[in-house]
This record gives sequence, structure tokens and C-alpha cells, in this order.
Amino acid sequence: MMPAMGERAIRVRRAGALTTIQDCGRPGYAHLGVPRSGALDAPAHHQANRLAGNPPAAPVLETTLTGVAVVAECDLTAAVTGAQAAVRVDGDAAPRGAALTLRAGQLLEVRPAKSGVRSYLAFSGGVDVPPVLGSASADLLSGLGPANVADGDVLPLGPPGGLDGHRGCALGELPAGGAPAGLVVYPGPRHDWLASPGLAALEDGPWTVSPDSNRVGLRLTGPPVRRRRGELASEGLVCGAIQALPDGGLVLFLADHPTTGGYPVIAVLDPACLPACAQARPGSRMTFRLAPGPENID
Amino acid sequence: MRFRSAGPSALLVEVDSLAQVRALHARIEQERARGWAPSLVDVIPAARTVLLDGVPDQPALAAQIRSWSVAPLPPGAARLVEVACHYDGPDLADVARQWGVAPGQVPAIHAALPHEVAFCGFAPGFPYIAGLDGGREVARRDRPRAAVPAGSVALGDEYTGIYPRASPGGWQIIGRTDAVMWDSARHPAALLEPGDLVRFVDVTAR
Repeated sequence: MMPAMGERAIRVRRAGALTTIQDCGRPGYAHLGVPRSGALDAPAHHQANRLAGNPPAAPVLETTLTGVAVVAECDLTAAVTGAQAAVRVDGDAAPRGAALTLRAGQLLEVRPAKSGVRSYLAFSGGVDVPPVLGSASADLLSGLGPANVADGDVLPLGPPGGLDGHRGCALGELPAGGAPAGLVVYPGPRHDWLASPGLAALEDGPWTVSPDSNRVGLRLTGPPVRRRRGELASEGLVCGAIQALPDGGLVLFLADHPTTGGYPVIAVLDPACLPACAQARPGSRMTFRLAPGPENID
Repeated sequence: MRFRSAGPSALLVEVDSLAQVRALHARIEQERARGWAPSLVDVIPAARTVLLDGVPDQPALAAQIRSWSVAPLPPGAARLVEVACHYDGPDLADVARQWGVAPGQVPAIHAALPHEVAFCGFAPGFPYIAGLDGGREVARRDRPRAAVPAGSVALGDEYTGIYPRASPGGWQIIGRTDAVMWDSARHPAALLEPGDLVRFVDVTAR
């Protein structure tokens, strides 16, 4: 993957704790055991692309907590969205949520996140890696898609799309301290597996995001959620599904979640709240609010 | 058939048997091929359920499905895939003990069972192949292995599974196959899909 002089690319100076290539993932293959994957904070992904003049679904870099540093190998337009983090171009402060014009050789740095977890870096033309089942997303559960970004990688970019990048836009603000409150969840499909007091336990909280959370899901600890004994046969999972684990904890599944699972799903997060969960830092607390949902549809 | 809401845009349909899952899943795919429910993104069959993801109006879709008379699949309707298996796995003796037979009898018994892919999960292309129900269920290992080699043919509960790639696993390994279960560059990528019939061919001696 070493492009000749003058070809469109970025070179990774510092990959950070975990930086992956992400687009909208690979929906439609769950029946074969293929996770959906894709950018966890979808609005931030789309926004970065619009700023860089790309179609919203173009592949971008997704960072984790510690940011990333890349060198432009060609003249390009870049944009950084997502977590609140300082952005620098050749050491000088640069805005988040704005189109940045970089000359070949310039260094774009995203510093460690002050609030939130994941920054999104879009480059005009998009990161150009061979798609797997139609997607450039790295899926950390199954290993499908490109390898995690490493120091020294040269990542080719596609031809610029010719879309006019937006000059700037208001970024969704993250709650102070990155603590999402009142995340909306819908009951079911297996809330009847809960022992008394049922779903009220979910609303009581608060829930603390455990350090072993990742793109597969958030592990949440709090007052133990007691469930009925017994075994449930494995069944399909949606993104945002909240499983009650045997140890009393919860797991809230994100984009790289397994397609099936055997622990009861007691509630499902409103998809509009997924970006807040994607940006929830380990150690932060969150609370849930039950939406009045249809229960059994009979 | 029972319908459960799985969040604002998914519907979980619960039935009583794997045979009913297969019949319902086949019917859903037939209807989708005719343009039914175009907003559906994923349809995931499992042991006793079919999950429909991408459902804006759950009561309406549930009513449509309820109005179908879902006939059991006729014999011979499914594709048959042969999987050559070397029955030389490390857990043959354990499985033999659970079945109350000699280890040397396990291959013939396993190969003679009617196997059918119930669903896929765990990893891309990992098939849960039903066929051990009716007395040949197998308890998983007390301690999962940290690394099960790709191609391992293993038993767990009422299923035979085949590991598409090396991974941790707690099922009882009875053999291995050279068949490539998953190849992202192949079309279709998965060797086995839900509904396929499977015949294990004993090639241990070859």
C-alpha cells in the first residue's frame, strides 16, 4: 500500500490507542453471523464527511480516547468531529467541525479527548480500502474489514468527489462530564425474564460504564438486576439491545455486536441515543428512562 | 406464533420448534423476493425465533404474518451440502461416554443423523447445524478451549458447529473438515446458510 509520489494518501504518524477505518457497516448479512459494524457515532461520521465534501457514507478514521496524528501526503480537505478534543495543524490550534485545508506534508493532530471517546476524521475522497461485503469498516468482533490503523500506515484516499464541503456546522454538544442522562429505552422483548421489580430496576440505576467496554458493547455495572433462572435459546440481537447478564450486570450492544445471543434482552435503546453511548467514557454514569412501548403485540 | 417488540424498529417472532422457524424464515424470504416489507434490513432466524430488523409499523407487520398459513417445508425443498469430515477430534471419547457408545461408533452415528442448518451466529459463517435433538444432545466442555482450530467440527447441545476460523470455544470437538466455511471474497461467502441440509461424509480413513 505504498502510493507513488503525488498519489492521494495520508500517512499515520501516531495511531493512538485504537483507530479504525469505519463507514456505514455491512447491514443485511446478520443471518450469516456477520455483525453490522460501522461508525459508532453515525451523526459525527456523516458530519465529518459533509465538511470534507464527501458523500455522508464515505470511509473515515474513528479514534478511541487518545486521538491520532496523520500527515497529508497530498493537498486535501479534512474535518474532525465527534469527541471534544483539541485539533492542531502543524502544531497550531485548528477548529473542530470545520473544513480544514491541508497542504502535502502538513501534520493533522487530534489530541486526547477531553469529553467523549471517539473522534471522526474525514479526508476528501474518503479512505480508500478494499470493501468486504460492501463495507470498509473494521469489525472488531469478527475480524472482517481492514486491520486496525497502525503507526506508519499509508492509507490511500479516493478521488475527491467534487462536492462542496460545508464551511462549518454546529456540532452536537456532549453533556458535561460525558454522562448521558435519561437515555430512552423501550421495554422488551424479554423483560418478562426479570424478577421483581422488573424494568423499574433499569430506571433506578445509575449505571457505570465499565472499562472493558468497546465497539461490541458497553458493560454497565450498577444495582444488580435480578433475573429469572433458566436458559433462553439463542436469538437475534439488534443494535442497542440491553442484555441482563447472569452476574447482575448489563451489556448494551453497539455496532460490532454478535448477531445472536442467549441472555435475555430486557430493553432496547432508542437508536437516537446510540451516539451518546458511543461517546460514553469508561467510569461515566448513565441513567435510563423507559419509553411507553408496545409490549407483546398480540 | 407470538410477537414481541424488540425496540422501536424490530419485531421478534416466537414459534414452538426449529421446524416452524425454518418454515417461517423460508416464507419471509419468499415474500421479500416478491417485494414484501422493503424496509427490512436483516432477518435473523434462530432456535425458536425469527428477528425482523427494520420494521416501522410492528402491529401491521405482525398482522400480515399472522394472516399467513405457514406450511411446513416439504422434504427435499432445501439444498444439500456434503461436508467431508475427518472424525479424529480430541473429544470423541467424551462424546462417546455421553452417548453411552464406544468412541469408534461416534463417526457412524453422527454421520447418519439428519443435519440441517438452523441458523448462523457466533462468527461469520459459523453454522448451528441441528440434528442432535432426540437423544444425541451433548453437554459442552466444563472449560472452554482458548483456541479451537479453523475447520473443527464440534458438538454443543442439539447442534453441530464448524469453526470458520480459529477462536476460543467450549464445544466438544469430534473432527475436522478442509471445507472453507467462510471466504469474504467468495460468492456466497458462507458455505452453509440457514435452511441448508448437511451430509457429513466420513473421510477419516482416507
